[in-house]
Amino acid sequence: MNVTITLNGEARMFDVAGPESLLSVLRNDLDLPGTKDACEQGECGSCTVNMDGEALCSCLVMAVDADGSIVLTVEGLSSEGELHAVQDAMLKHGAVQCGFCTPGIVVAGSRLLESNPHPTEIEIREALSGNICRCTGYGAILRAFEDLAAEES
Amino acid sequence: MGVGVSTSYGRSYSDRAFATDYRMPMEFTAAANLDELLDVKAQQPDAQLLAGGTDLMVAVNLAHHRPEQIVSLGRVEELKDVGSARIGAGTTWARLEQCQYTALAQAARTVGSPQIRAAGTIGGNIGTASPAGDGLPWIAAADAEIIVESKERGERIVPWREFFTGVKRTSLASDEVITGVTIPDNLPDAQEFAKVGTRNAMVIATVSCVVMRGDDGFRVALGSVAPTPMRATRAEEMINAESTISDAVLEEFGRIVQDEVQPITDHRSTEAYRRHAAGVLARRLVKRTLQ
Ligand SMILES: Cc1cc2nc3c(=O)[nH]c(=O)nc-3n(C[C@H](O)[C@H](O)[C@H](O)COP(=O)(O)OP(=O)(O)OC[C@H]3O[C@@H](n4cnc5c(N)ncnc54)[C@H](O)[C@@H]3O)c2cc1C
Ligand code: FES
Ligand code: FES
Repeated sequence: MNVTITLNGEARMFDVAGPESLLSVLRNDLDLPGTKDACEQGECGSCTVNMDGEALCSCLVMAVDADGSIVLTVEGLSSEGELHAVQDAMLKHGAVQCGFCTPGIVVAGSRLLESNPHPTEIEIREALSGNICRCTGYGAILRAFEDLAAEES
Repeated sequence: MGVGVSTSYGRSYSDRAFATDYRMPMEFTAAANLDELLDVKAQQPDAQLLAGGTDLMVAVNLAHHRPEQIVSLGRVEELKDVGSARIGAGTTWARLEQCQYTALAQAARTVGSPQIRAAGTIGGNIGTASPAGDGLPWIAAADAEIIVESKERGERIVPWREFFTGVKRTSLASDEVITGVTIPDNLPDAQEFAKVGTRNAMVIATVSCVVMRGDDGFRVALGSVAPTPMRATRAEEMINAESTISDAVLEEFGRIVQDEVQPITDHRSTEAYRRHAAGVLARRLVKRTLQ
């Protein structure tokens, strides 16, 4: 089954035979390992991608069903070597330890700021409630997003 | 939830040892509209429907579920509407969070995480028919009906009691698709949902409950305490015979709810705890509808 998606701004084609997830195709067939694979059951958010404007768990998207959609992964957020504002803020606040949750948090958080540039603390917590971090205790991550939320747009 | 598999955490089918599973070709159709969906279902009655995938893909990833035929209804716009008389099966939880039916919106808000709510649909919740489905107590309290459709027999409106027949069992025929849920007239405005689980975010209900207070009195529906969603009929009769809801009445009401539910002990909780929690929740929600 041939599938075409717009991936990080470029048309990409791939072939799948079965019900495999978009996550497995991204990592194994399209050489984009930035999207992380941890639980494969929608619980951890490490596989979060932006698909047609929504933050979704790519482990729960059947790859063949993504045909025709617009997908943005963490690799597509920075442009020409410039980090995305969310990535900058995460670095500045030391919001990364092992880094396994980071791509999912960056993608989910950038989706939040697109739809709501000045979220409250509660809105930030809610938007990131599907992303588990086992290292940071979330404090530094929250501070990074509060910083971004306070910025003039 | 949904698939009841024990999982070995983090095992990955990207391990090439599993890759052979995928060489078995799967047939996939993305229905463009309802007509096409019903056509395909008539021709391929064994095809499994794919909505948001939040139950189905967990089974694929962790239980090695290998569907041979899949029909996706993600592009069927007719199923995504919340009208005044029906809620389309393809309506996501994210959309239902904004709906005017208070208890359904409250239930939607507790489902999974933002990622799950953006993908998961009420039709998928009904299709899975897990006792813990958070959309189901509202359907039972509202006395809503499930709307199903097939090419051959057209539309069929099924009362919820006839639709849910057991744990993850429904009376849906193989060529049928769930198209929506009816919204009965004159639903009470005073309606409340709550669930008990092990934490606040991302939790499958240990017990869930909807209470509605209308002109005909209180309606009390519960989830996760029986094979299907249920109404606490005896408790409803008891409380609806009272003219004032005193603490003593509430106490007795909670006791009847505890008695009436039929929970089991499983990996999420015990029978005794579920009984206790059902009584507490129902009492609490009656109070909230009175505020
Ligand atoms: C991390 C996580 C957390 C979750 N938390 C909750 C929670 O808090 N509460 C809760 O209730 N559920 C929860 N779920 C379960 C799931 O998200 C819901 O049951 C959801 O509503 C399923 O909808 P879907 O569109 O994703 O269904 P799918 O996975 O696409 O389909 C589910 C089943 O229904 C069938 N189906 C789908 N649509 C139709 C239709 N129109 N007609 C006939 N059959 C159909 C499919 O064939 C399949 O068998 C959670 C799941 C995950 C992964
Ligand atoms: S890998 Fe998808 S949510 Fe954990
Ligand atoms: S930094 Fe390690 S899981 Fe978040």
